[in-house]
Amino acid sequence: MHDYLVTIGLEVHAQILTASKMFCGCSADYADAAPNTHVCPTCLGLPGALPVINRRAIEFAIATGLALNCRIQHANLISRKNYFYADLPSGYQRSQYDDPLCVAGWLDIDGDEGPRRIGLTRVHIEEDTGKLTHADDNTSLVDFNRAGVPLMEIVSEPDIASPEEAKRYFQKLRQILIWIGVNTGDMEKGALRCDANVSLRPVGQEAYGAKVEIKNMNSFRALERALVYEIDRQAAVLRAGGRITQETRGWDESRGITEAQRTKEGSADYRYFPEPDIPPLQVDETLIDACRARLPELPDTRRARFMHEYGLSLQDAETLTADRHRAAYYERTVIAVQAVGGTPRDAAVWIAGELLRLINDTGEELQAAETRLPPAAVAEVVDMLLRGAITRTTAKEAFEVAFRTGQSPAQIVAERGWAVISDTDALTRLAREVIAAHPKAVAEYQGGKATAIKFLIGQIMKATKGQASPQMVQSALEAELDPGA
Amino acid sequence: MSLTLEETAHVARLARLRLTPDELARMQVQLSNILDHFTLLQEVDVSDIPPTAQVTDLVNAMRDDLVRPSLPRDEALANAPAQAEGMFRVGAIFEE
Ligand SMILES: [Zn+2]
Repeated sequence: MHDYLVTIGLEVHAQILTASKMFCGCSADYADAAPNTHVCPTCLGLPGALPVINRRAIEFAIATGLALNCRIQHANLISRKNYFYADLPSGYQRSQYDDPLCVAGWLDIDGDEGPRRIGLTRVHIEEDTGKLTHADDNTSLVDFNRAGVPLMEIVSEPDIASPEEAKRYFQKLRQILIWIGVNTGDMEKGALRCDANVSLRPVGQEAYGAKVEIKNMNSFRALERALVYEIDRQAAVLRAGGRITQETRGWDESRGITEAQRTKEGSADYRYFPEPDIPPLQVDETLIDACRARLPELPDTRRARFMHEYGLSLQDAETLTADRHRAAYYERTVIAVQAVGGTPRDAAVWIAGELLRLINDTGEELQAAETRLPPAAVAEVVDMLLRGAITRTTAKEAFEVAFRTGQSPAQIVAERGWAVISDTDALTRLAREVIAAHPKAVAEYQGGKATAIKFLIGQIMKATKGQASPQMVQSALEAELDPGA
Repeated sequence: MSLTLEETAHVARLARLRLTPDELARMQVQLSNILDHFTLLQEVDVSDIPPTAQVTDLVNAMRDDLVRPSLPRDEALANAPAQAEGMFRVGAIFEE
């Protein structure tokens, strides 16, 4: 795209991970519930029901705003956004319009040309809608279990310059939401959804081009593909001298295209007005400070700390801070490994190198694997290796067996006789046997061909099935061959 | 007349009201009268009064994040004109 500048902004909807809904006590965990079993007069929009704000939803939204470097607004208003749709029981969605909870934040990503700071316009709270299933007989079936589940809408500035950057922004946002515990990150189940605004303008033009909104992208890959498609489509229209109409288009995953959608209402037609049933929400500094205090160390900070505190490479630090649990597991392992004389880098090598590969093979979560391979087990492997009790190859095998069985690595090594033969007397005995059995090699060695000792070392390694340290074997042989040395 | 006929028709459409031409004309008058009353109210000087959408003086009415029992499904669906498979059944969603 050399002749046009691409401008992308993302609107992300994230369900807030609360136990109950936004304005009523119905369970927000609707995933496996039978239709319309998590509903009450409030979330069904029945007349006379009184909505009451879920405090935790507000706290989680504030935490999100803080993690995204936003300013938290003190005076908040819940508004009604009015439109008719069968998944919206009351004919309006409770949302925020004039006074969103969080404003003016940012998120740093790896851009196409180095680090980039993507501005965040706002984070506001609202409620989710019900779910429509289309039946064959030209009717639709409505399940309101999802109606009233708390949502955050996270709106970026149009600072994103490519589909790849859009994907990275969304991935980073998802990582942070999961990290601070406010969202499951489950895109398949719709807990995290993304719409994009895309416009193109000729290089050199100041004013933005007409904005097209794309909906229905349910994965990172879909987001990237839809944007690539849409940019090509708009560029083709513009090159042919055409005009882009401001519209909403839906991404069709199977056909790989975006298609114009019928619109619900124009934005002015939503007739937002303050929700009279909900008193104003005043967020004071005490609440903001309490939310800030509960916020864990964030991924970027932790990654930087892993690099300077533990001397990790950027890549290892990135891998080990992919999620909060992994980072915590690593740090517990560092403590265990240091206790046996190992280094933080040893811990990183075993986790980033071996453990993640094994987990990847079994397709399980670290939380599950950790019960079989706690930090102490990693430390045991490091310890045996540092003491010279096992070879590097054996260490890897013991690590893998421990991962599969949950047995302690030391026990595995002991039971399977994998320990290095470090008994000097035993090695001396073996050296004598090998020397007696191979007079030719001995003669060559003593005749000045130093490399002939390699053959003799090889014989002992073979006899011990590789369980001896080659250095110790060489010393034992040299002691026998050159008694004076 | 503060509302045009087109504006009245637009409001009717947003409210999903299908009005005959007669009704539309009547609504244009009635709705305009209501709006005219607001024009009267707008003449009051309220520059010293903070805007509010509330009459209760409450702030921060919040609840703890606790799950409470929901309605039994047959009660939830009791007033549904049509239902199937435990769900509300509605006409297929097509815009005009
Ligand atoms: Zn409810």
